[in-house]
Amino acid sequence: MSSSAPSFERPLSAAILEERFEELIGAVLSSRRTAAGIAQALADEPRAVQDFAMHWVAVTAKSSPELAYQFAALAPRAVAELGTAGAERWLLAAMDVYDREGLYRASAALKDLAAYAERLRERGRGVAFDEVARVLEPFIAGLSGRRLRLEAAETAWTDTAIVYLPAQVTLYEAREDNFRVYKLTAALLWAQARFGTFNLAAGAYPSSPRGLALLAFLETLRLAAKLERYLPGLYRDYLALAQPAPGAEFDGAAARLRAPQASAADSLAELVRLPASAQAPSWPFVGTLDPERAAAARAERIEREKSALRRALAGLQREEGRAEPPAFSLDVAQDDQADANAEFALMLDGRPLAPPPEVAGLVESIMQDLGEIPEDYLEPAGEGGYRAGGGEPPESEAQADAADAGARLYDEWDYRRRHYRKQWCVLRERDVHPGDPSFAPRTLERYRAQARALRRSFEALRGEDKRLRGEPYGDDIDLDALVRARAELAAGGELSERTFVRRARHERDVAVLFTVDMSGSTKGWINDCEREALVLLCEALEVLGDRYAIYGFSGITHKRCEAYRVKRFDEPYDELVRQRIAGIQPLDYTRMGAAIRHLTGILAAEEARTRLLVTLTDGKPDDFSDGYRGEYGIEDTRQALIEAKRAGIHPFCITIDREAGAYLPRMYGAVNYTVVADVARLPLKLADLYRRLTA
Amino acid sequence: MNAPQAADAAALMIEREPFYRPVHGEVELFEAAWRNRVPVLLKGPTGCGKTRFMEFMAWRLGRPLVTVSCHDDLTAADLVGRYLVTANETVWVDGPMAHAVRIGALLYLDEIVEARKDTTVVIHPLADDRRSLFIEKRGEVLKAPPEFMLAISYNPGYQSVLKELKHSTRQRFVAIDFDYPAADIEAAIVARESGVDAATAERLVRLAHMTRNLKGNGLDEGASTRLLVHAGKLIAQGVAPRAACAGAIALALTDEREMLAAVNELVSAVF
Repeated sequence: MSSSAPSFERPLSAAILEERFEELIGAVLSSRRTAAGIAQALADEPRAVQDFAMHWVAVTAKSSPELAYQFAALAPRAVAELGTAGAERWLLAAMDVYDREGLYRASAALKDLAAYAERLRERGRGVAFDEVARVLEPFIAGLSGRRLRLEAAETAWTDTAIVYLPAQVTLYEAREDNFRVYKLTAALLWAQARFGTFNLAAGAYPSSPRGLALLAFLETLRLAAKLERYLPGLYRDYLALAQPAPGAEFDGAAARLRAPQASAADSLAELVRLPASAQAPSWPFVGTLDPERAAAARAERIEREKSALRRALAGLQREEGRAEPPAFSLDVAQDDQADANAEFALMLDGRPLAPPPEVAGLVESIMQDLGEIPEDYLEPAGEGGYRAGGGEPPESEAQADAADAGARLYDEWDYRRRHYRKQWCVLRERDVHPGDPSFAPRTLERYRAQARALRRSFEALRGEDKRLRGEPYGDDIDLDALVRARAELAAGGELSERTFVRRARHERDVAVLFTVDMSGSTKGWINDCEREALVLLCEALEVLGDRYAIYGFSGITHKRCEAYRVKRFDEPYDELVRQRIAGIQPLDYTRMGAAIRHLTGILAAEEARTRLLVTLTDGKPDDFSDGYRGEYGIEDTRQALIEAKRAGIHPFCITIDREAGAYLPRMYGAVNYTVVADVARLPLKLADLYRRLTA
Repeated sequence: MNAPQAADAAALMIEREPFYRPVHGEVELFEAAWRNRVPVLLKGPTGCGKTRFMEFMAWRLGRPLVTVSCHDDLTAADLVGRYLVTANETVWVDGPMAHAVRIGALLYLDEIVEARKDTTVVIHPLADDRRSLFIEKRGEVLKAPPEFMLAISYNPGYQSVLKELKHSTRQRFVAIDFDYPAADIEAAIVARESGVDAATAERLVRLAHMTRNLKGNGLDEGASTRLLVHAGKLIAQGVAPRAACAGAIALALTDEREMLAAVNELVSAVF
């Protein structure tokens, strides 16, 4: 970044710095809190440090002037302790906290400079959660069928749905050892969920912190014995890391908890037997227990999975074509090891039935929680069931619906930080409300002659039969090739087998997604032209037979980005789609990045040799809040397009902004855009452009 | 084309009993279908024993076995046969399908969805009660003898819509569902095929189950029985189990760095 590059100019004076501060963060300054102090401190620093500080103050002020003020106050010390690169990471970490948890936590993170520096020193050998999460998550998923999420937290614990792991492990000199601690911690927490640590009655667990800590240790002994049988390699890691050895008072418990049938109840019984003086050794991989939160997560899951299982069984019943309530039963192979995934057979009226994977997963998960499948879980119910209403929990349905119709989160690129703002944009997909049914026919009437020409030119593009020569097989003999081959044979060569002519269809394999700018600035006849263009384009595409989808996008702030469905890939071009095209309206702003990321996902899911993302817009990315306007928006959009390219998609932009030459090359690369200067020509131009793009 | 003349029936006989462990009555089902001249569709993930099952059945029924691995350039002509130009004449050479029909073999088309669409033209009349193969170029109609049987395999695990088997095809076949065998049977198979001891085989199977848990969560497919046998063979040769699994299983399943690390962690947890 040019402004943070080293500079040998003279340092700025306190007065000048103060003036700059007034400009940048005047909003949080007052007569009682002036910029004089921070300006004075910074005035003593070399110019390079000043430039660094001012640059990041300006960047941070865009998000939060208050945070920028606090940064300015700490900047000289931070640079002294961490260097500029380290100070930059320290600030970025705080800004991440700000995005996630707000100002209060963020300023706490900033002020914790000493702790941050200490952590940074440790990190040389330490391992951070972010580094290991993507390995450990599949690792844990592989161990058992039920999917556990991993999240970073202060301490290691689990509520049986999420495994929380510390943000970093720095105990050992070697990185591998620190990673082993991570792995073992995660595996033991998985084992807590898998082998029923939280399956006891709510009141059974000790309430004192000391009691819980001892129980956590006893459970570790019990679960380690499971690891020994089930995951001997991991058990060796455990033996290596389980230092120091526990006191003699644990000997009896350790021996008894090694029994294959030992359960959490046995650990509780051992807890009572321990002498009052018993002190658990502090092993790095032993997490804490939170029975209350685990019980809540477990109860919620049991309820949800019960109704899901009953719904799934109702579906099975429908598939089997059974009207009367069938008698499902379950034969569970009682495995005395209880290690491997339970094996069971689902029976319908005594006849075995191959359970679909989702049923198998549910049975597995319920077995983990309850140790059995109670009979009422096997009564089909819910949609399609014939005994609906029997204990269907309505709120869990609603939750499922909300989650389904709910928002997707997308990262956004902040070019000033050169980092993503994680999960920053909230995007929802909505349907365009159908508009005037007469719009499409009117448009076609208006452009009748041109539409016919378009059709013809698209027909020419359509897959045609080609005669391929020199093929190893075909409908006719390629005489030229045959003569050549005979000559070669006579000359002592090998007879070529490529002597046929074959007719082959040249198949187009294109999936294209059109996205239409629905920002407020398209109001008026730009919007009319966009809609007309889409009608003509659809007509032409129907001739071609390419798969296509149309989405609109608009949004206001990062919390309300929207993608509007006009036509999905799997929808036919019918009356409803025509009316939706007519219903496209100018709405809010142009927060393009999130929309492109979302649509990239949709397009990437399509199987096609060529995937095109065509954006139709009237101007540059724009949003009124959080500094999206201008460079930020352009850079974010550019980043989103780079991501799309990486996903194997060809982005292309058609714009009617005459000034677009200034920023589009940056966003789309020098060739992947075109400017349609005359809006009135857009309807014809769009289809034509598409033809050239895919010819 | 310098294809050899079709091998004679004797060469296609399976001499020694292939090792196959029946799981759920598929042998009886196949035999009943063969006696009644009904074609069979074997459904199941890769490496779960479909091809081995065919070899076993050919041995058991005493019929030659013709196997064709289908690929996306495989045309009807490749199956039926073609004229070849030799020194002074053209000679007709039977393709594997025509040959199998003539000698009354079991014809096994492996991964049928990979073949070109035009192969259905020759498969359909052979798979319904006509049981005949039209050799268009010669104007010949081959009637399949009673011993002939057509079997195709199909892996429904492919998510691609392009790899769906059409209903007009699949509804001509009796389907036999294959899956990885239950853990104890699979362990016995791995031990038998690779020569590792029972405990190692059991660990390999446990590892396979873990990778199968990851199917759809980062892996396209879990480790197949075939991969376990490969790993087992390496171990039986004295390769350290972790190295054997890393090479034979982890690298075979994924190229992605983090997924590879995760699978290798699973390996080192089990071994």
